[in-house]
Amino acid sequence: MKTFLNILLATSLALSGGAKEIKLLNVSYDPTRELYSEYNAAFAKYWQAKTSDTVTVSQSHGGSGKQAQAVVNGLEADVVTLALAYDIDAISQQARLLPADWQQRLPNNSTPYTSTIVFLVRKGNPKQIKDWDDVVKKGVSVVVANPKTSGGARWAYLAAWAYALETNNHDEAKAKEFITKLYKNVPVLDSGARGSTVTFAQRDIGDVLLAWENEAHLALKEFGADKFEIVTPSLSILAEPPVSVVDKNAKRHGTTEVAKAYLNYLYSDEGQEIAAKNFYRPRNETLTGKYAGNFSQLKLVTVDQEFGGWAKAQKTHFADGGIFDQIFQP
Amino acid sequence: MNPVATTFHTPHQAAHRHSTTESPFVRRLLIGVALVFLSVFLLVPLVCVFAQAFAKGIGFYFHTLGDPNALSAIKLTLLAAGISVPLNCVFGVCAAWAIAKFDFRGKNILLTLIDLPFSVSPVISGLIYVLVFGAQGWLGLYLNADNPKFPWLANWLNEHNFKIIFAVPGIVLATIFVTFPFVARELIPLMQAQGRSEEEAARVLGASGWQTFWRVTLPNIKWGLLYGVILCNARAMGEFGAVSVVSGKIRGQTNTIPLHIEALYDDYNFAGAFAVASLLAMLALVTLGLKTWVEYQHARQNTAEEKISL
Repeated sequence: MKTFLNILLATSLALSGGAKEIKLLNVSYDPTRELYSEYNAAFAKYWQAKTSDTVTVSQSHGGSGKQAQAVVNGLEADVVTLALAYDIDAISQQARLLPADWQQRLPNNSTPYTSTIVFLVRKGNPKQIKDWDDVVKKGVSVVVANPKTSGGARWAYLAAWAYALETNNHDEAKAKEFITKLYKNVPVLDSGARGSTVTFAQRDIGDVLLAWENEAHLALKEFGADKFEIVTPSLSILAEPPVSVVDKNAKRHGTTEVAKAYLNYLYSDEGQEIAAKNFYRPRNETLTGKYAGNFSQLKLVTVDQEFGGWAKAQKTHFADGGIFDQIFQP
Repeated sequence: MNPVATTFHTPHQAAHRHSTTESPFVRRLLIGVALVFLSVFLLVPLVCVFAQAFAKGIGFYFHTLGDPNALSAIKLTLLAAGISVPLNCVFGVCAAWAIAKFDFRGKNILLTLIDLPFSVSPVISGLIYVLVFGAQGWLGLYLNADNPKFPWLANWLNEHNFKIIFAVPGIVLATIFVTFPFVARELIPLMQAQGRSEEEAARVLGASGWQTFWRVTLPNIKWGLLYGVILCNARAMGEFGAVSVVSGKIRGQTNTIPLHIEALYDDYNFAGAFAVASLLAMLALVTLGLKTWVEYQHARQNTAEEKISL
């Protein structure tokens, strides 16, 4: 009886508008660990000042495709911040947890920051890797993650494909030949981008890592700029990692409002600055100048221009029996 | 004499044993090879774990272990082992008892089933639970169906936010699955070797089934049981593959110690990863110590029994 009264008291207090404690789960991809551990603290501070509620954001990280599958299978994410739009489409199609037009709900295709694919090589660049042509040369060992499970690896694959198309007058057969040579040079496919970075940097495997730009900069910061160099190819892809509220989960948890605010705040000055500091290219153009030193200029193609959107790219290249399955024999 | 004694070296057996004909050189060479092999593959990595764990100083070591996410991982691992070990202990004794002391149809099928977790890759066992209990699996389809059978059950489960996968119950289930055979496999050969004569004698003298179990069977198998429990516990705490599939890896919530180690390693926090790994290494050392103690006790008891029977 006493506990019952206590519960009653507690609920009436909560309903009468005392400060609430809110929990959010952000299911994200691999290289965003540092970004979101900084951003979550900033958002909690902002939200407490605004509403006096405390919000604790829990994180789960892994290969983008793998994470999307976990959400489909019941991992109750309030928000997803994944490596590419197709993975959030998959959650919408397979589990119907959010509407199909999710990408129209936030500015810039729901992508608060962008990135691209660059090369990380060992100090002094002993194999003289300057552009994509050097990556496919015989005897160069390339480290990249598995495109089936990792978002960064899919962006890297498409960047290489786009380069091959540009330099071969858009001859698809030549591009396929190029990408075959590239994956012949890959000794290990980790399941996520972070796994590949650890393979390259900590375990000392490979001559070049095809990495997210943010991941390459972070590796320089963590392991020391005297060990590695970043090489920017002549052409790469504009990688757009999107974010979305997972409507049904958030509704069930009663967190819709705070989940929306959490993603919106990524577009604020503070959110954009945290992204830029963590080597993600901010959308806010006033910051682009301030952090220009972090982001080198190169020709960037988009998945919409070059591949007709993610749905098509996924089907042609990464689905079962797609081009990746045809060219890669482990 | 207790037949199990043959598996242990008792002192007076050793006395008959210097009949090997190899020269001292060959003997030393063999011992040397074994020692080198052991130190390269076991001792060096062990030392390495502790060296790396303290690479950033003792303050950092305890800071890592006191982190809320690390404490939550430790708690979850203890909880999973605390549930799965007693359950598998009860199951193991029941199964071994049934198999060793009775004849029934399907005995071999039961034996094969007990061995199943040994022959299936842990990742597959995790996936099985995702397929059954996941949102797209049987349970999920039932809970999300428009007209489920037994609507009161579906409503009740939905209202209480009943979750198995990506939550603690899934982790416990996966741990139970992979540690399933340890106790049973340890006890079956032991109980088979002991035979049924003592139990039959007890029954003839008027003991009930329950009395027979507590006063005759259990004292006979207690060291084997303890041994099985120790192995079962070590595996339960160290399990990675199956748990990693069903965990969802939410930091501070569904990460066990091995998963937390992976997370720290991937955060470039190598010293932190090794600090937490040193906990598992210490668990291994404790396990080893306990195992040696159990074997010693068992051997001593057997020697005492033999002296009486001589």
